[in-house]
Amino acid sequence: MRWAFAAALIFASLIGGTGPAAAERLIASLTKQSVLITSNYTGVELVLFGTVERDAADPARGGPYDIVATVTGPRESIRTRRKQRVLGIWVNTQARSFIDPPSYLAVLASRPLDAITNAENRRRLQLGIANTPLPELIHNDIGEVSNDPFRAALIQIMRERDLYSEEPNAVTFLTPTLFRATIVLPAQVPTGNYTVDVKLFEAGNLIAHTDSAFEIVKVGFEQFVVNAARDHGLLYGFATALMALMTGWIASVAFRRD
Amino acid sequence: MQIYLPIADIPVNVFLVLAMGLAVGFISGMFGVGGGFLMTPLLIFIGVQPAVAVASVTTHVAASSFSGATTYWRRNAIDVTLALTLLAGGVFGSAGGVALFTWLRALDQLDLVIGLSYVTLLSVVGVLMVGESARAIVRSFQGRRIELRRPGSHMWIHGLPLKLRFKRSKIYVSAIPVLAIGFIIGFIGAIMGIGGGFLLVPMLIYLLRVPTATVIGTSMVLTFLTMVAATILHAATNHLVDAVLALILMVGGVIGAQFGAHAGQRIRGEWLRLLLGLLVLSVGLRFAGQLILPPDNPYSIRLIGGVP
Repeated sequence: MRWAFAAALIFASLIGGTGPAAAERLIASLTKQSVLITSNYTGVELVLFGTVERDAADPARGGPYDIVATVTGPRESIRTRRKQRVLGIWVNTQARSFIDPPSYLAVLASRPLDAITNAENRRRLQLGIANTPLPELIHNDIGEVSNDPFRAALIQIMRERDLYSEEPNAVTFLTPTLFRATIVLPAQVPTGNYTVDVKLFEAGNLIAHTDSAFEIVKVGFEQFVVNAARDHGLLYGFATALMALMTGWIASVAFRRD
Repeated sequence: MQIYLPIADIPVNVFLVLAMGLAVGFISGMFGVGGGFLMTPLLIFIGVQPAVAVASVTTHVAASSFSGATTYWRRNAIDVTLALTLLAGGVFGSAGGVALFTWLRALDQLDLVIGLSYVTLLSVVGVLMVGESARAIVRSFQGRRIELRRPGSHMWIHGLPLKLRFKRSKIYVSAIPVLAIGFIIGFIGAIMGIGGGFLLVPMLIYLLRVPTATVIGTSMVLTFLTMVAATILHAATNHLVDAVLALILMVGGVIGAQFGAHAGQRIRGEWLRLLLGLLVLSVGLRFAGQLILPPDNPYSIRLIGGVP
């Protein structure tokens, strides 16, 4: 019996010696795996919840923890244009193409990012909007331009549209190991696949991470209209035109006064 | 009450869109214009993507002008021969306009050309209409009644060959200016995404001396024919027509157009032209402001991955 206890202790210390990363396990899940867009859709809120499982053999260790969850939407290329005054009128004179930036990006954290970990880690782990790569097309080359006003303008416009956000207090710990966060998806977010990357920090070090995903899809009537418009464009056009003529005719009959 | 638009990909308030359809429909019925030059900027303002707005407005204008045209048809206020001759020119104009549209988009300067076209056309047409109708109103107050149709005051246009008799309008003019006006309307309509009624009505009045009695009904017939064609083309090529948005707009639009058409018949021609002139001019000035005033944010973004 004493021998077994000693063996367990040695075993535990061996694990501890191989690195602190093995000591915690991060488990996270979303309240919904798919968001259905119906005709009364006005945006939705998802709840991300999770727990930190500590090593049972070493309950004293661990904490306080920090969580950074990054929600990334489907990617689509965006052109950012700048207007300048030419001969008295404002004209788009310069433009940059951003190759596949996320159409939605939400960074949810339990504390401000600079309080969670240092600048070097934030840059290496691509934490926060400022550290998210937004590659540009420059003379047939694809590269990252960090002090680019076009990049700053893109981020600002996406923030104004509630598509990019950074919430330093969105993740709350209910107990020292149990956390939850609300992901707010405004109605204008694009349909497609979204990924949620959850990172666990302790004393400034990344000690565990996990992934989750959800999708936003149109269903029912919405899906029917989209499919009809996309797959049977000509037929859809004739049906729409016929609908217009019928509406016009019904109105002129209904309002006939002479 | 919010409803999610399947193609535009945003939720909108049904009553807001219905009210916009009513207001624009009233104006279109009253003046015999499609109202696209008012509705498209309004939709963009509430957050609809410009491409979807232009495509869906064509459907709305088709319904609204068809409803108006049937009213004028019962009043026998439509010159079918004139409408079909204009349409013949318009078909070629549209084809030319679409070709230029594609070329300008490749050069990345389409927005500027559309903006400049709106400013130039709306300001010039607006100033001309306001000036002419104001003079007519002043003359009528002075008690001197001067008809628009003055015998003997023919322009060079009326000396052209290939004369056709348009019985309903009681005019006898060459087919060349009629086809040319149709061509210009089709060309401008394709580039600016409008039916062109606000241009067609003054052109018919001032250049061809079409009487006020038939000009609006005839313009509506041409508008509804071109807009039906535009709806089908937009749906078949770009897949951007939002049928739900178009339906809400057109329900408001056709009701508004009926009241507008009745109101328009009660207002004297020169006052009607003054009101339309002021409306056209104010939209033109708004577009001019966008080009001249410093923008809130000099940067703008455009998705280039294609619209879903």
